[in-house]
Amino acid sequence: MGYVISRTGFESVIEKLGQQYRLYAPVRKVGEGRYTDVDVVRYDFVTKFDEIELEAKSDYAFKELLTPLSQTLFFFTENEVKEADFDDRDVIIFLRSCDMHAVKRLDAIYLENKFADPFYERIRKRVKFALIGCAHSYEDCFCVDMGTNRTTEGYLFSIDVAGDEIKSDVACPDVAALFEAADAKAEEVVPAYVTENEVRVTVPEKVPNEIYKHGMWDEYTARCINCGRCNFVCPTCTCYTMQDVFYTDNGKVGERRRVGASCMVDGYTNVAGGGQYRRTNGERMRFKVLHKVYDFRKRFGYDMCVGCGRCDMVCPEYISFANCINKLNDAVNELEGGASK
Amino acid sequence: MTANNPYVPFPSKIKEIIKHTEKEWTFRMQYTGDVKPGQFYEVSVPKYGEAPISVSGIGEDFVDLTIRRVGRVTDEVFKLNAGDTILLRGPYGNGFDTSLYANGEVIVVAGGTGVSPVRGVIEALAHTADAKDKHVIVGFKSPGDMLFRDDLKRWADQLDLILTVDGAPEGYEGNIGLVTKYIPDVPIRDVKNAQAVVVGPPAMMRFSVMGLLQKGFEEKNIWVSQERKMCCGLGKCGHCRIGSTYVCLDGPVFNYVDSKDMID
Repeated sequence: MGYVISRTGFESVIEKLGQQYRLYAPVRKVGEGRYTDVDVVRYDFVTKFDEIELEAKSDYAFKELLTPLSQTLFFFTENEVKEADFDDRDVIIFLRSCDMHAVKRLDAIYLENKFADPFYERIRKRVKFALIGCAHSYEDCFCVDMGTNRTTEGYLFSIDVAGDEIKSDVACPDVAALFEAADAKAEEVVPAYVTENEVRVTVPEKVPNEIYKHGMWDEYTARCINCGRCNFVCPTCTCYTMQDVFYTDNGKVGERRRVGASCMVDGYTNVAGGGQYRRTNGERMRFKVLHKVYDFRKRFGYDMCVGCGRCDMVCPEYISFANCINKLNDAVNELEGGASK
Repeated sequence: MTANNPYVPFPSKIKEIIKHTEKEWTFRMQYTGDVKPGQFYEVSVPKYGEAPISVSGIGEDFVDLTIRRVGRVTDEVFKLNAGDTILLRGPYGNGFDTSLYANGEVIVVAGGTGVSPVRGVIEALAHTADAKDKHVIVGFKSPGDMLFRDDLKRWADQLDLILTVDGAPEGYEGNIGLVTKYIPDVPIRDVKNAQAVVVGPPAMMRFSVMGLLQKGFEEKNIWVSQERKMCCGLGKCGHCRIGSTYVCLDGPVFNYVDSKDMID
């Protein structure tokens, strides 16, 4: 069911939803960006419609709610292990189509992949989604080629700003009631989606083993500074490391956390006794890129990368992930002589 | 509290500590339940973290964990005594299918702490009817680094054991040389159907597999066990992933047909 609603009407819908749900949405943090006088758009809890940044693409993904950068799992006292509590209120996350597709990838790792993760599952059960329509593509986006440009289900309602009005496709009857109560006009609404990106990528269908030793990765050994920012902005990166913390006031009491991990950063593969795999940044780039556009697909049937382009936006060395996919495809073609998706 | 939260470790009492070397001890842990050689546990020491440790022995009411003292977590474990408690999670991973090696010719090549995950396999081989067709090559860095000395003595009587060290002080009477040196001379009658198990440091495994293939072993009859960093054992943390494979879920024991294409 679709509605066209006035801005004030929509504000009241959001306010009412805010009484029932915690609303987690992209927010413009003025002056909090990496450089002086630069803003950053990242996710935070909001209570009002005008707090939501609907125009710019968020620099960081929504995933921090589902997979926090640092998450306490247990509290240890002398003889007891106590599972950490969590905020069990329902949440609506406002996100774009690429990120809706990213949720499917997070679910694949955390709910499928043989075991379900109880810490992910308990918060995931509380989460619903609102789709932010994309009236146009953004710089660095390549969602169309990754097949994530459109989302037709899985959200409570969608948002497209059209002048002073908001257009919403509402899938949830309870939310529809709020629209009706705010004098919304019923009308067929299809959430806006992008059909063309400036950035194009061609993902290789099959990657031969020779690619592992290919010279294309040397460029990244030279350019990448293994800061790991690409992993932390990525909506589909899920790796973590366990970390035990004990309180200085009482060394017998502490907690076990998991913190976000980056496959680009030193220490990711270190095993006891000093063993380490993938020492060069080129090898790490190869590991990451192949996971995003090949290895994940081999396991789950579809590509992990959703083409949001955030890693390209954040890289301090201006390394383009999209370019890397294309270089990979060229290298594969060169090795095999044809065959691309 | 989530029911059956797999991240919650359970307490297990240390029944006995067997000291092989200064840095390598076997902790015999109270445990009843299904477990296979080649599987591993996350040893969990609050305040210091967790470390994946493979099962080196299985008994009716215990599992052996042979631990090498090389880091924060293992330093703490080495401070404990029999009667103390360690927190564990697991067992994780697939483990060895010892029924594959029950009949026919088998060769096990193990190096250093790599002997731990195959100790249970060797033990099973030692008790088969055709134990003389079971060949085991075990290598350590030096005579002082040898693990499971009592087992080695017993195995030498039970099956065809070649014990070697990479180097030794003058006057040492045993074999000196890498495990790969002994592979060509192992008497195998039907090499196309013989099974092989290779576990140890990466370079040792690579050259041992090369030696076996040169000898005529079929790729599909070679089994290896991989070691990687693991924070969860549940396919979530990502550290052990190689390509589309999670060592903790799909391994750590792999058939060589699969593992030869696994590139870190």
